[in-house]
Amino acid sequence: MNLRTFLLGTCSAVALAGLAQAETLTIATVNNGDMIRMQKLTEAFTSKNPDIQLEWVTLEENVLRQRVTTDIATKGGQYDIMTIGTYEVPIWAKQGWLLPLDNLGADYDVDDLLPAIRSGLTIDGKLYAAPFYGESSMVMYRKDLFEKAGLTMPDAPTWEFIADAARKITDKNNEIYGICLRGKAGWGENMAFLTATANAFGARWFDENWKPQFDQPEWKNALDFYVKLMNDAGPPGASSNGFNENLSLFQTGKCGMWIDATVAASFVTNPHESTVADKVGFALAPDTGLGKRGNWLWAWNLAIPAGSQKAEAAQKFIAWATGKDYLKLVAEKEGWANVPPGTRTSLYENPEYQKAAPFAKMTLDSINAADPKNPAVKPVPYVGVQFVAIPEFQGLGTAVGQVFSAALAGQMSVDQALASAQQLSTREMTKAGYIK
Amino acid sequence: MARNVSTQRKLVTTVVAWTIGILIFFPILWTFLTSFKTEAQAIASPPAFLFFDWTTENYFEVQSRSDYFKHFMNSVVVSFGSTLLGLVIAIPSAWAMAFAPTKRTKDVLMWMLSTKMMPPVGVLVPMYLIFRNTGLLDTRTGLVLVLTLINLPIIIWMLYTYFKEIPGEILEAARMDGASLAKEIIYVLTPMAIPGIASTLLLNIILAWNEAFWTLNLSAAKAAPLTAFIASYSSPEGLFYAKLSAASTMAIAPILILGWFSQKQLVRGLTFGAVK
Repeated sequence: MNLRTFLLGTCSAVALAGLAQAETLTIATVNNGDMIRMQKLTEAFTSKNPDIQLEWVTLEENVLRQRVTTDIATKGGQYDIMTIGTYEVPIWAKQGWLLPLDNLGADYDVDDLLPAIRSGLTIDGKLYAAPFYGESSMVMYRKDLFEKAGLTMPDAPTWEFIADAARKITDKNNEIYGICLRGKAGWGENMAFLTATANAFGARWFDENWKPQFDQPEWKNALDFYVKLMNDAGPPGASSNGFNENLSLFQTGKCGMWIDATVAASFVTNPHESTVADKVGFALAPDTGLGKRGNWLWAWNLAIPAGSQKAEAAQKFIAWATGKDYLKLVAEKEGWANVPPGTRTSLYENPEYQKAAPFAKMTLDSINAADPKNPAVKPVPYVGVQFVAIPEFQGLGTAVGQVFSAALAGQMSVDQALASAQQLSTREMTKAGYIK
Repeated sequence: MARNVSTQRKLVTTVVAWTIGILIFFPILWTFLTSFKTEAQAIASPPAFLFFDWTTENYFEVQSRSDYFKHFMNSVVVSFGSTLLGLVIAIPSAWAMAFAPTKRTKDVLMWMLSTKMMPPVGVLVPMYLIFRNTGLLDTRTGLVLVLTLINLPIIIWMLYTYFKEIPGEILEAARMDGASLAKEIIYVLTPMAIPGIASTLLLNIILAWNEAFWTLNLSAAKAAPLTAFIASYSSPEGLFYAKLSAASTMAIAPILILGWFSQKQLVRGLTFGAVK
């Protein structure tokens, strides 16, 4: 009888211990290279925290966005940590959907986070998401083609220089196009590029009273410039080119210049993937002398949904994945060039990193040049450089993207496209209650 | 009676049929070939068709990054489970509509089909809330239930058309011999409708295997089938076509092999009842 009691007691103790230990964090993340690396390093975290297990849901960006938005809006509770973009953080924090990250530990060093990135994630003085990696946009160009044309790329070019150089480099008979830019319709595709470019031309989406500004001369200048430049020096069918299509064109040697996300730098300089790996130079995104550069700011961040039962463990993981030691860990295992960029000042001060990543300085300068709280030359009522951080922007941005893409394809004139953009955004903003 | 067909006409028909066949099969072949290329070769222009350095590196990479077997098992359970459950519900319903129709049978059939006309995203949030409240989110049971509901109209419609071809007198004869309703369905109707049921089964397994909207939205880590496995390889920022092709090949291979072995059954079932 005694033995039986003892055995029963032992069994229940083991079961209880098992229950206490089995804290599993489900993490939803994007399938970008840096996140996949984090997933591979799971063991480094769990060996230090044996009471926490990690379960990964890795999805393509658009699928992930739809998936986590449904879950958080319905308080589904499927995920303990979500990977979300700079666009979502202010909107979700205002809705009360995210927990503030106030328990990241004494050695986390919040002040080391890059100010431009941190400001986009801070609402009312509280940090609602921790940046995992950050990016901006910049000019990538072919040094050999520039040399052949007798041109020298300045570190901080103007749009005028870029347009002139693009026309000079273009050799359509040999399928070399001076400039490759996004044309595929979508709020995260052509509108990311065009919104950021419009900032450099002095344009803005809305005035202080949320009135759409597509009927203003600044937008006309920006769109006219873009369409003419692409017609003269862009690849054929540019209205269906997004990031991947342009990456493919650049890597196969068909573009003289490409202005896009800084993350592309590691792809185009990788000799296993790119035929022009040793011929690529970098410069800041161009401006028009008005004080704003056409470069965007984006970060993928880790956040905890409000109502999470495992907030403490989740903060522990976030502090590990976005902390300084994680950068060192990746450097040890995979080299400094593979460290997630764009989040911490200390990384850019590290001489080993500077040596391993030739594009490091340009990335940092580009990120620092972006200001999500004051993105345009004139004052605006919204946050966001290449987007407007309001829930309506996904739909509205895509609708405007479609008419701008049609203008690039020659299906309508620039004036018609702008009139149509003005009309549909006025309608949408009135319906949503921004315009009284 | 056989018809005389000239050799020339035979030749033309053969060439046309092969061309159409190859055109339809080409995307799958291209995916298969790309899965053995490096990422650089995958985007090379002009593309290499067969003469490139074949590599299995992508398959190793995919295997080391994702738990293929777990996703595969989830797909098997969800697609077979939902189809079998669907058949259990649909066979008696189709029997009732084919052999004991009422004035409203046609309307009921049309109503069932109309549920397929609504875009699924329209009911995503209510469905998600129901699943959350019943604890079915990210469970295989939940996915089996939702796919059963989604494919039920098609299963009933297919079975109904097959059952209509079976003479009611045979069932009446069974009834005269004293067969109960259950026995009539199990021992008389089902064996006669086997080709129809088999093709319904196969077609619905394929539909459930490929269903991407609900399986992606209602699953997370535990119940995610192969559709989620593929979604982790497509990328809007980065060209990983070779790896995506390897993942796609691994995801479609089982269902392709199943289809290959059962194509005779499938074709027989689909053309069942053409000749009376």
